[in-house]
Amino acid sequence: MDEKALWNAEAAAELIAAHKGRDGALLPILQELQETFGHIPDAAVPLVAETLNLSRAEVHGVVTFYHDFRKKPAGRHILKLCRAEACQSRGGDALADRAEQKLGVKFGETSADGRITLESVYCLGLCSVSPSATIDGRIVARLDDKKLDALIAETGR
Amino acid sequence: MSALRIYVPGDAAAVACGADEIAAAIGALAAKRKVDVEIVRNGSRGMHWLEPMLEVTTAKGRIAYGPVGLDDVDSVFAAMLASGGEHELRIGVPEEHPFLKRQTRLTFARCGIVDPRSLDDYRAHGGYQGLMGALKAPHSIVEEVTQSGLRGRGGAGFPTGIKWKTVAETKAAQKYIVCNADEGDSGTFADRMIMEGDPFVLIEGMTIAGIAVGATKGYVYIRSEYPHAIAVMNDAIAAARKGGMLGGSVAGSQFAFDLEVRVGAGAYVCGEETSLLESLEGKRGEVRAKPPLPAHQGLFGLPTVINNVLSFAAVPIILEKGAAFYKHFGMGRSRGTMPIQLAGNIKYAGLYETAFGVTLGELVDDIGGGTASGRPVRAVQVGGPLGAYFPRALFDTPFDYEAFAKRDGLIGHGGVVVFDDTVDMAKQARFAMEFCAVESCGKCTPCRIGSARGVETVDKIRRGEAREQNVTVLKDLCNTMKFGSLCALGGFTPYPVMSALTHFPEDFGMTPRLQAAE
Repeated sequence: MDEKALWNAEAAAELIAAHKGRDGALLPILQELQETFGHIPDAAVPLVAETLNLSRAEVHGVVTFYHDFRKKPAGRHILKLCRAEACQSRGGDALADRAEQKLGVKFGETSADGRITLESVYCLGLCSVSPSATIDGRIVARLDDKKLDALIAETGR
Repeated sequence: MSALRIYVPGDAAAVACGADEIAAAIGALAAKRKVDVEIVRNGSRGMHWLEPMLEVTTAKGRIAYGPVGLDDVDSVFAAMLASGGEHELRIGVPEEHPFLKRQTRLTFARCGIVDPRSLDDYRAHGGYQGLMGALKAPHSIVEEVTQSGLRGRGGAGFPTGIKWKTVAETKAAQKYIVCNADEGDSGTFADRMIMEGDPFVLIEGMTIAGIAVGATKGYVYIRSEYPHAIAVMNDAIAAARKGGMLGGSVAGSQFAFDLEVRVGAGAYVCGEETSLLESLEGKRGEVRAKPPLPAHQGLFGLPTVINNVLSFAAVPIILEKGAAFYKHFGMGRSRGTMPIQLAGNIKYAGLYETAFGVTLGELVDDIGGGTASGRPVRAVQVGGPLGAYFPRALFDTPFDYEAFAKRDGLIGHGGVVVFDDTVDMAKQARFAMEFCAVESCGKCTPCRIGSARGVETVDKIRRGEAREQNVTVLKDLCNTMKFGSLCALGGFTPYPVMSALTHFPEDFGMTPRLQAAE
């Protein structure tokens, strides 16, 4: 996992200003905010809106439209399991159940100790070596029970 | 003596199977043994059941080994040192492998062979010949592409030349070329492989499009789930710019063209072209009503060519070898080749590029070798999450836009996902509706509400609740979604649902239909 900076309005304003004047700047700005701070807090919305001359509602609308953006920090690790058809055809559903059971959380939730967030992803383009997953951005294919357990164990270290 | 050249794919499918660790292990081993080694991170050849597939350059050509695990590195390295010597994982010359030998690789001619980040390597393997031809006769590019019969490879199959002609004839101070690299369909990975294995072919294709229609700026919109493709594309664009192939004067000509990568944010619907344009503009990825067409009012309201990765990547060879050469392949109104992606529960999974006309049965049984699980094939979903499920009875369907449409299916982006006999088709129908509900942009009612009601209705059928009546409701919902939705997400979700219901009624607790006596 990579460490994320704590929210800092000044640093955020600087980051946002660097994109000013760019065509269609909103998505790149939101992506960089999330990359830097790990999430997009409500406090970021008026800053972005002011710089791009948008309403807060417009920015909020974009933040909430896209699955990638999170308004709250995630756990220290993020496990994403592919839930799409090619992974289903090779036992993806059973692996998804196993992950929920092992971690004691449902998809979209973070474990109580803040260790791990479990999420669904719909296709990583690894459909020829399915089932697949990512752990903190690292891609893993040909997943089975053993490999999944090892990934989960990794996050406990 | 020159360095021993070893290829370890940097393609995400190989990396996800451990290629990075293997490349590092080989580097360490070579250093320890003091052997001069050059490790090239090539793309994938597309034989994914053999990934990570390593290759070594020998006097007799390249020799491949795979699938190589970390435990095999020592012995494979020793075999490589013995100029491609024997090993239980030795595959031999990759081009001689039946899976590759039977293909017609036009779009994927260089993928897996070249160093994807090297402009020189691209040129050495015939790259930029198409652009050179285009620069000699810029006014005949559109006609050449039209004559080739190339149709949009993203799924809609619209003639590429006609789209380009519309933009070329629309007057505007600024026009755009946009590449749809938001490859979200499960079972597809051809765009990813091109971007990771031969990115310059996409750059060349987009550059030719820019010259053809008078656009000076292009965007490649890549989904965020493809970090490897994003990295390679960015490096290749920088290399092309440095080499004078992008920028104020493309290859020393009077034409200017430049490219920029933009990254998506996890919305499947942004693979729909108007939704993608909204997203590029920094808005919610909501679908636009058509008309106006993007060719008239596209990105930022200006004339825009928007095509799939594979459409642009097919253009250089058309300009290099001529429309007649490309058109010669294929059947009916489906001309040229299609990079077909064999995925899911299939023994020989990977990328298979071939002329249109190959049958589904040949692809699944013959080329794909049946299921990976060894159980009988029961259903095959063609064309992604919005594509129909085909039973064995329809395996004689040839890969052709019209032939699939005639059987209530679609070839889409060329993904083929195989399921064995453990599949529950009612569950798959439910998933199709659920996926639509999760990914709907919310703009039109049939898609937004229809999909939610669809999930509930399939659930009722599966529970056996007023089964006959609910099947009628489901059919009615599908009809409304198909004809009332703004885009293909709501409009095509009925394909997997209705095909599951039609061909596998027993999974819904219905009486199987009588088999036609033949």
